Amino acid sequence: MRFLLDDGQRAFAASLDALLTAADPAGVVREWSRGDHASGRALWSRLARAGVFALAVPETYEGGLGPRPVELAVAFVELGRHAVPGPLVETVTAAVLLTGADPGIAERLLPVLASGERMATVAPAGAYALDGDAATLRLSWEPDGIRLSPGHGPVRPSLDPARRLTPLAPGGELLDAPTGQALTWARLATAAQALGVGLALLDRTVGHVRRRTQFGAPVGSFQAVKHRLADAKIALEFARPLVFGAALTLRPADAAAAKVAACEAAYTTARTALQLHGAIGYTAEYDLSLWLTKARALRTAWGDPHECRALVVSAADDRRW
Amino acid sequence: MDLAFSPADEAFRTEVRQWLHARVPREPLPSLETADGFEAHRAWEAELAADRWSVVDWPAEYGGRDAGLLRWLVFEEEYHAAGAPGRVGQNGIHLLAPTLFAHGTEEQRARVLPPMARGEVIWAQAWSEPEAGSDLASLRARAVRTDGGWLLSGQKTWSSRAAFADRAFGLFRSDPDTAKPHQGLTYLMFALRAPGVRVRPLARLDGKPAFAELFLDEVFVPDEDVIGEPGQGWRIAMATAGNERGLMLRSPGRFLAAARRLEGLWRERGGPGSERDRVADALIGARAYQLFTYAAASRFLDGEAVGPESSLNKVFWSELDIALHETALDLLGPEGEPADTDWAQRYVFALAGPIYAGTNEIQRDIIAERLLGLPKGRR
Ligand SMILES: Cc1cc2nc3c(=O)[nH]c(=O)nc-3n(C[C@H](O)[C@H](O)[C@H](O)COP(=O)(O)OP(=O)(O)OC[C@H]3O[C@@H](n4cnc5c(N)ncnc54)[C@H](O)[C@@H]3O)c2cc1C
Repeated sequence: MRFLLDDGQRAFAASLDALLTAADPAGVVREWSRGDHASGRALWSRLARAGVFALAVPETYEGGLGPRPVELAVAFVELGRHAVPGPLVETVTAAVLLTGADPGIAERLLPVLASGERMATVAPAGAYALDGDAATLRLSWEPDGIRLSPGHGPVRPSLDPARRLTPLAPGGELLDAPTGQALTWARLATAAQALGVGLALLDRTVGHVRRRTQFGAPVGSFQAVKHRLADAKIALEFARPLVFGAALTLRPADAAAAKVAACEAAYTTARTALQLHGAIGYTAEYDLSLWLTKARALRTAWGDPHECRALVVSAADDRRW
Repeated sequence: MDLAFSPADEAFRTEVRQWLHARVPREPLPSLETADGFEAHRAWEAELAADRWSVVDWPAEYGGRDAGLLRWLVFEEEYHAAGAPGRVGQNGIHLLAPTLFAHGTEEQRARVLPPMARGEVIWAQAWSEPEAGSDLASLRARAVRTDGGWLLSGQKTWSSRAAFADRAFGLFRSDPDTAKPHQGLTYLMFALRAPGVRVRPLARLDGKPAFAELFLDEVFVPDEDVIGEPGQGWRIAMATAGNERGLMLRSPGRFLAAARRLEGLWRERGGPGSERDRVADALIGARAYQLFTYAAASRFLDGEAVGPESSLNKVFWSELDIALHETALDLLGPEGEPADTDWAQRYVFALAGPIYAGTNEIQRDIIAERLLGLPKGRR
């Protein structure tokens, strides 16, 4: 038992952090929100070259590095910290779905997902798919299986402007792809991304309250402010081990638990961040908004808190803790 | 990164489990906060010690098994899962012993630790005073130099189990003329039945009488019962206060076992979906605490010191404990009201968690200032 990231995993996080810091994700997000996908696609390619989309693709497929759920969680924390837009979780989920598919299809599609050549979106039939207009592979998750959707409907903005919601066009080829572990990976990636979002919110808020003075003192010296931030820190630091624990076990109930804890922590942190920034935090042109709105949206993506909690309680055998 | 315990650790787990299965009393012992219960728990400590299970992580020469931190965690998981009795010796084992390992003399360890391990000497913590709770450094009880030792005078209070315990450890002001309140304090051990000590039991919220205040009137303590250097008491006490908040006092096994009991209660009774969500949160919280502790233990084994992160633990487990027990009482409805049920007793005990071991307000200050780097404010 050694429940700590190893040096390679830490170095991977640091390299993604450096890549993303240099990439001006804030500008990318704003363009993405307007439906201008060019800079987002360029960033996507660089993330693919760093290996991000290959982590869920088995090594037996060209370009695959996986399955490496711990590294995937490491990567998604960084994607969340830097507010990277796009169907990130969905592309990973598609890779897991296709891994079980008919070999012809898997051989054709997995390498292009791993290389970043194609972006995928996945949504349960009738639900909104994320970024169906940007994705070039659209999977509709239907009761009888997974369909390759032929297109998408009109784009609706999410309350996170960076998330563009699209219904998927009905019909399309039915793939022989068992859904297996795909939902677990989707929840794991979402939880890690939410953790990253929460960490960024905390970080930026701590910075703000140290600088902002009122009544002749930094607002961060007031105890009411400090205690809210301490609570955000506690929630995030106790969500973190659940995320990595779920990556190690890949048990559905563990991923559900991680998703509840990370998304609730991120959302509480978002509320705190907004409050402690005051009006500037409520200003869309100020970058804090990029994370604030995402924290809310991730909470209901891939299983809302109620659904995930129900799984935790009902799956006593599967849970094993 | 992995969560699997080694085969040797798993074998240790099996050995613990088998021993507990054979020995844990079928009927719960009476509360260790009562006179009868205290003695019954003392006997249980002796039984544990006879097979060297009372202090598994201590060196063998003092009654332990040199088992290390990971096996201590394993032991605790099994101990709580088995529903074994509460540990009446915990203040000594988790607060005084680490202090003696770090700052005591060889002679003190040899004299104090083995009887502590066997439950022959049960220790009380005498830190708080009526006017010095959160602001502990403002304490006023005195230690005055005398031939071959010190004379202690003053009042200590809220001392857990001091009504029945044998000895106590605490901080005393040995130099009243220092510039700062936390200077000039000395850390000492004293007998609760020594001449000059009067112990007055204080009923706790649950009516249990083991809590006490102590009135000290020129109580003689020989030099050999000073821990570390005179005047250095604050530094020494703070070095081990992290133990109280952090992993040793409240092991993850305790909350996992409680969350599983809660889950069992919910399965037995059912309840609306909102209650099921609270049961899930208790399970998730207990698992989070377990994994957080595994990570902390891994860092500790890598040679990192336990620092202010112990404040994160303290707030988390104390609030988890209350939420968990409140949920149980809500599931029980009116049946949860009688005070003699296990759930009610544990609930009342949980209520104290955010107060003792440094209040949660104080812990949040530490988190904000020392982990987040926010400016110090007025205290
Ligand atoms: C069940 C139980 C067992 C205990 N066992 C022991 C024991 O064995 N030995 C021992 O020595 N002591 C023991 N104590 C005492 C305990 O350590 C103190 O209660 C604790 O340190 C708080 O001090 P206080 O009660 O004087 O509260 P106070 O310090 O008077 O605080 C009252 C309230 O004000 C808040 N407050 C105080 N200062 C600040 C600040 N700067 N910022 C924000 N809020 C603040 C506190 O958080 C608290 O909410 C025990 C207490 C309990 C409840």
